Amino acid sequence: MTPLQIPVEKWAGKVTEVKLGGNGRKDITIGGENTLPFLHFEGTFPHQPALAIEIQDMEPDWPADLLLSWGDAVKDPGQWARKAAEYGADIVALRLRSAHPEVENSGAEKAKRTVASVLEAVDLPLIVLGPEVAEKDNEVLLAVSEIGRGQRLALGNCTDKNYRAIAASCLANEHVAIAKAPTDVNLSKQLNMLLHEAGLPMSSVLTDPTTGALGYGLEYTYSVVERLRLSCLSGDEMTSTPIICTVGEESWKQKESRSSQDIPESWGAQERRAIIWESITSAILATAGADIVVLRHPRSVELIKEMNGKWLSMT
Amino acid sequence: MTGIEIYKYLPKTNCKKCGFPTCLAFAMKVAQKQAEISLCPELSPESRQFLEEASRPPIKLVSIGRDKKIETGNETVLFRHEKTFYHQPGLVIRIKDTESPGDAARRIREVSSYSVQRVGLDLTLDGFALDNESGNPASFLRLVETAVNNTDMPLVLMSPDTATMKLALDKTAQNRPLIYSATRDNWQDMAQLALDYHCPLAVSERESPGNLAELTERVIQMGVEDIITDPGADSFGNSVDLLTQLRRLAINKRCRPLGYPSITFPGDHASGPEDEALLAAQQIAKYAGIIVLDHFYPGIVYPLLTLRLNIYTDPQKPVKVAAGIYPINDPGNSDPLLVTTDFSLTYFSVAGEIQSCGFPSWLLICDTGGLSVLTAWAAGKFNAREIAKTAKQFGVNDYVNHNALVIPGYVAVIKGALEEEMAGWKILVGPREAMDIGNYLKRTWRENVL
Ligand code: B12
Ligand code: SF4
Repeated sequence: MTPLQIPVEKWAGKVTEVKLGGNGRKDITIGGENTLPFLHFEGTFPHQPALAIEIQDMEPDWPADLLLSWGDAVKDPGQWARKAAEYGADIVALRLRSAHPEVENSGAEKAKRTVASVLEAVDLPLIVLGPEVAEKDNEVLLAVSEIGRGQRLALGNCTDKNYRAIAASCLANEHVAIAKAPTDVNLSKQLNMLLHEAGLPMSSVLTDPTTGALGYGLEYTYSVVERLRLSCLSGDEMTSTPIICTVGEESWKQKESRSSQDIPESWGAQERRAIIWESITSAILATAGADIVVLRHPRSVELIKEMNGKWLSMT
Repeated sequence: MTGIEIYKYLPKTNCKKCGFPTCLAFAMKVAQKQAEISLCPELSPESRQFLEEASRPPIKLVSIGRDKKIETGNETVLFRHEKTFYHQPGLVIRIKDTESPGDAARRIREVSSYSVQRVGLDLTLDGFALDNESGNPASFLRLVETAVNNTDMPLVLMSPDTATMKLALDKTAQNRPLIYSATRDNWQDMAQLALDYHCPLAVSERESPGNLAELTERVIQMGVEDIITDPGADSFGNSVDLLTQLRRLAINKRCRPLGYPSITFPGDHASGPEDEALLAAQQIAKYAGIIVLDHFYPGIVYPLLTLRLNIYTDPQKPVKVAAGIYPINDPGNSDPLLVTTDFSLTYFSVAGEIQSCGFPSWLLICDTGGLSVLTAWAAGKFNAREIAKTAKQFGVNDYVNHNALVIPGYVAVIKGALEEEMAGWKILVGPREAMDIGNYLKRTWRENVL
C-alpha cells in the first residue's frame, strides 16, 4: 500500500485582520487565519477567536437567571462593563437599547454619555450597537463615533439602508463598521462592496451574518458562515472580513432559555439548559467560522474560553 | 458516474430484464441512484465488479442493532450546503461496569425512556456503550445482562479482551451490537468474532489516519464489511482535524479503508458535562458517526438532539406544514382565530403554545413556502393581501362568527392594510413571541371581542 497522504487544501485567501481598540486603550486583532476553523494541520490562527460580553444602556428585560449572574451591575453600564472585564471579556459590546423608538427613544446625548462612561470604566476594546432601527442607528452611532475617536470602536449595525453615513464616520474617526445582512452570502458580500466603494478598507469592517439561535434558524446561519469562510479562503477579498455573531441575544430570546414554568420534564434543569443553549450556539458558529461571539452569561464565557484554550493548545 | 459512462459497461441488448425499457434508461436511473446496478442479470462479472465499486458510496452505511437501529454513514459531502447530511450520528450513553448494577439498571431505563418533542417529532437517544472498565469479565457480563433486560436499544460492547467479548456476544449477538474494538494487538481475534457473530466491528488506531487505514484494510481483507473507525477524536485539540482528514480522504480521495463512519469520545478529556457537550456538539457538525457520551442530563441532551436535527435538516427543502385551518383544543365558533405561516418551526411553536395553554382556538396557516414570520413578510409572502386571500380560500367565516383575527406581533405593521383587505374584520396584534400567546388569550381575548 502506498503511504497515506493527508489531503491539505491550498487556499488562496485568508481572513482580513481587523484591529479593535488602541490609542491608549487595550487593543485586540481578529482574523488572519488562512484555513477553516480548528484545522491545525492546514494553516495558522494568528489570533484567538474573541469573546465579547454584551451590556446594555438600561436595565435589561432579561430572564431572572441571567440577571442574577450580573446582580446590581446592570443598573450602571460602567459598573457592568467592569464586571464583564472581570469575567474575562476580550471586548465589551454595548447595546444602546434605550434608543429604540418603542423603548425610550433616547438620542445622541444619552448615547454619548453612556459610551463615555463605559470607555472611562474599562480599557477593553468596545463594540457599540444601536437599537437596529436604521435611522436611530445612524443618529446614535454617528454621535458616538465622535467621542471615541481613534480608538477603533466597532459600530453596528450598518445595513444597505444606512451604510453611507456610518462608513463615512468610521473613516473619519478611525472606527470599524459592523455590516449586517440577513442570512445571505451574497447580501453580505454586496454590503462589503458598497462599504469598499464608500472608501472603507476591509480591515475596518466586521460582518454580522445575522444569527439564528439553536433550534431557531441556527442551521441557516451555520451554513452562511461556512460559505462566507469558504468564499474568503478561495480568494474573494469581499468576503474576507471577520465574522461576528450575536449569540447571547438570539439564544436568550428563546423559550428554552426563558421559561421555567409549565415546561416538559424532558427539557431538564432550567439553568443548565439555558447556558448550554447559548454555549452550543456559540461553539457551533465558531466551528463554522465566527471570529467574535457576543455572549450574555458569564458561565458561557467561561465554557467557550475553555474550549478555545484546549483547541489552541491542542489538548 | 454519469448515465452515459455507466451505459458503456451495460450489454446494450435492451432485454428489459432489469425492469426498464432500455439499457440507457436503466443507466440513467442508476446514475440518479434510483436503481441498483445488481438489477441487471446480464452484466459480465468484470463490469459488475467495476460498476459496483464505482457506485459504492464513499462512506459506507453501517447499521447497529436490530429492532431499534443506529444507521450511520453514507455521507457524500463535506459541507451541508453542498447537498445535505443524510444520517444523523448516533448518540449513545456510556455505562461502566464499575457502576453498581442497581445504578446501571436505573440509568439504562431512564435513558431508554427519554424522549423530547420538537417540531412534531419525538427526539430520543440511540443506545448504550457498555464499558468493561473494571477489566473483570464477570462484572462486564453482569452489565451486559442488565442492559439486555432493561433496553431494546442498540449496544456498543467495549472490552479489549477477546474472550470477554465472546462471552458478551453469546448473550447479545442476535441484536447486532457494535464490537469495540479491534486494535493492533487483537485485530485478528476481534475480526473473527465479528465474522462469526455477524456483528459490526470498530477498529481503533489512534496513532495516525495512515495507521488506521492499514489496520482497517487488514480487517477488510479478513472479510469484515461493517466497520466503524476510531481515530481517537476525543478533544477539541484533535477532533475536527482528524475527522476532517478522514472525511476528505473518503469523499475526495475515495480512500476505501477510511470510507466508514467514525466513533468519538467527547467525554474522555472533558472537565465536566458542559465541556463534554460542547465537543459533542462540534462532532455532530464535524463529522462523527457515533458519539459516546459519559453524562446523561436532560438539560444537556435536549439541546444536543436539537442541534443534530438542525444540522441534518436538508438545506434544499424547507420543513413545512400544509396550509389550512387547524382546530386546537376543540374550538367552537366564538373562539379565537390566529394566523401564522407554514414554516414547520413557526407552526409548532405557535400550535404548541396554544395547546399547552388550553385555550380552544383556530389557527390559520398561510402557504409561504416554509418561511418564518419575518422572513415571509420580508419576502412578500405574508402580507395583508396574502393573508386575506388565504382567509377567503379556507372560508374562515364558516368557522368563526366574531370576525376577529390575531396576527403575530412581529408583523404589527400590516394591521391597517389587512383591515382594508378584510373589510368588516377586526385585526388584533398578538404578542411577538409564541410563549406569550397563552397569557395574551387569557387576558385580552374576551374583552377585545365580546
Ligand atoms: C433563518 C432566517 C432566514 C432563512 C429562512 C428560514 C425560514 N424557513 O424562514 C433564509 C436564509 C432563507 C432567510 C431569507 C431571507 N430573510 Co431571513 N432570517 C432568518 C432568521 C435568522 C431566523 C428566522 C427564524 O427561523 N425564526 C424562528 C421562527 C420560529 O420565528 P417566527 O416565525 O417569527 O415565529 C415566532 C414569532 O413570530 C411567534 N409567532 C409566530 N406566529 C405567530 C402568530 C401569532 C398570532 C402570534 C401572536 C405569534 C406568532 O412565535 C414564534 C416563536 O416565538 C431571522 C433573524 C432572526 N434571528 O430571527 C432572519 C430575518 C427574519 N430575515 C430577514 C430577511 C430580510 C430575509 C430576506 C428577505 C433577505 C433577502 N433579501 O433575501 C430573505 C427572504 C427569503 C426569500 N426571499 O425567500 C429579516 C426580516 C427583516 C424585517 N424585520 O423585515 C430578519 C429579521 C433578519 C434581519 N434582522 O434582517 N432568512
Ligand atoms: S437487464 Fe441489463 S441488458 Fe437488459 S435492458 Fe436492463 S440493463 Fe440492459
